[in-house]
Amino acid sequence: MSELSVDIRLSYREFELGVSHSFAGQGITALFGPSGCGKSSLLRVIAGFEGRAIGRIALGTEAWQEGRQFVPPHLRGVGFVFQDARLFQHLSAKGNLDYAHRRAAKEPAHYSFGDVVDALDLGPLFNRSAAQLSGGERQRVAIGRTLLARPRLLLMDEPLAALDTRRKAEILPYIAQLPKIFCLPVIYVTHALEEVTQICDRIVALDAGRVVAAGGVAETLERLDMAGVQGRFEAGVILSGRVAGQDAILRMSRVDLGHGTMFEVPEIGLDEGAAVRLRVRARDVSLALARLEGLSIRNQLPASVVAITPEPDTAYAEVLLDLGNQHLRSRITRAAVQDLGLTAGQNVVALIKSVAFDRQALPRPQGARSE
Amino acid sequence: MGDLDLGPLWLTIRLAALTTAILLVIGTPIAWWLANTRSRLKSVAEAVTALPLVLPPTVLGFYLLVFLSPNSALGGAWLAATGTTLTFSFSGLVIASSLYSLPFMVQPLQGAFEAIGRAPMEAAASLRASPLDAFFSVATPLAARGYLTAIVLTFAHTIGEFGVVLMVGGNSPDRTKVVSIQIYEHVETINYAAAHGLAAILLAFSFTVLLAVYTFNRRFPLHVG
Repeated sequence: MSELSVDIRLSYREFELGVSHSFAGQGITALFGPSGCGKSSLLRVIAGFEGRAIGRIALGTEAWQEGRQFVPPHLRGVGFVFQDARLFQHLSAKGNLDYAHRRAAKEPAHYSFGDVVDALDLGPLFNRSAAQLSGGERQRVAIGRTLLARPRLLLMDEPLAALDTRRKAEILPYIAQLPKIFCLPVIYVTHALEEVTQICDRIVALDAGRVVAAGGVAETLERLDMAGVQGRFEAGVILSGRVAGQDAILRMSRVDLGHGTMFEVPEIGLDEGAAVRLRVRARDVSLALARLEGLSIRNQLPASVVAITPEPDTAYAEVLLDLGNQHLRSRITRAAVQDLGLTAGQNVVALIKSVAFDRQALPRPQGARSE
Repeated sequence: MGDLDLGPLWLTIRLAALTTAILLVIGTPIAWWLANTRSRLKSVAEAVTALPLVLPPTVLGFYLLVFLSPNSALGGAWLAATGTTLTFSFSGLVIASSLYSLPFMVQPLQGAFEAIGRAPMEAAASLRASPLDAFFSVATPLAARGYLTAIVLTFAHTIGEFGVVLMVGGNSPDRTKVVSIQIYEHVETINYAAAHGLAAILLAFSFTVLLAVYTFNRRFPLHVG
């Protein structure tokens, strides 16, 4: 599928959005950043809702905006899922779906009305009016409605921001599978790191109207940390693994990180075998020279020191660790580095507090609010 | 009650219905533009649209008389095309009423469109609906209550019009003699019985229509705004 190339500027009174980037033609790309960084505006520019933006936007070879040329939103074939769902209040849930279905692109489709209804479990909601749907149900109908118009690109503007944690956890799996089932690239705006780590394939990070980093999820977050883009999210790494088992009584899940490394985390409510990504903050990782007994900390992982970077003008140093196939970071005092005599290549044990994996404890942007 | 002449009543209803229909067509785009524009001309346009609310009907009627007269460009063209004058004719009355009742159509519609906002229109555009399609399939049904209010107010206000009609239309039977004029004439000639008959009909009609509107609005709440 063709990629979306964007090279645009949009000026507000106290803020300028200037983005030049090519978005991948598949999978889910997170447009990530703090409130007010311009990520929602960029999404609206791509959709064609901001007539004042100048520059060039093209999907593959088809220019949507270039010089004076401006393709209006309804001819772009862009699906848009809004934060507030925006279901048509005068129609039932089914009416909303039909509305999109009647206007769908004519080109041969690889999915039907029924496929969308099944993928999002919309059948039971058909006869309800928009006002009778819960927030999560409304978003599901909105997603289904958008898919039925057969877009070529799906834009999602913080679709979960208005939902509580449980509803979010209900809908995320639906969103994660969209690109595969419907062969549709997704650009997903969010300021919630846990959404990025759970469903996205790539990150484009925005700050103050500019792209500050872009690439794969894990390495981009690492790069953001190193660039010192702090405060919005704290330094750390993303670990990928698969759910290996559950303890229903103690409510713990085991995650296999590969190379025989097992993690214990508080119950994450996913089936065995499901892929998970976990964020571990550097300050939640302590180091020991050998395994310790009599500790409340559950996770003691053998690792080897890759590099030690002292933080200038502070008491701290960051230690980069190798777990075999994944990296881990630890933030300890320089005094501790000295006392333990840590050097590159040394084998150590990384101690990680289990609570660091609780989804709700994952770091969020400061004062994060919907835009 | 005496001899009740229903001619003026029928004429009035025809005038009000035609005026309402014309204003639906003219007022909708004006209201839509006012609700959505960021132009600096918006205030000017709003002031012009609201003028008939504050001008004495005699002032409006006087200007209309001037602009519709056979000596004016419009009146002259009409005379050349149809062989009749616009002043003191039913056609002239329709034009006058349309101007006079314009704010009663535009303002409720503008309010309804503003309450709907851009959001549903953007949603429609993202579902491949053209602006015109989205207007009829989304904005119009969402503005249903605004339309009902606008139609009823325009119709009722046109029926109640007096000063402008008197200035522009005069009182030729079956052409420009509407109910309000007829009642005035009955009172002038001290024919109170006939005045009572027509007045009672107008009163009952107005009350019934308003009651129906309020009942309808309550029973079918539309989620607008």
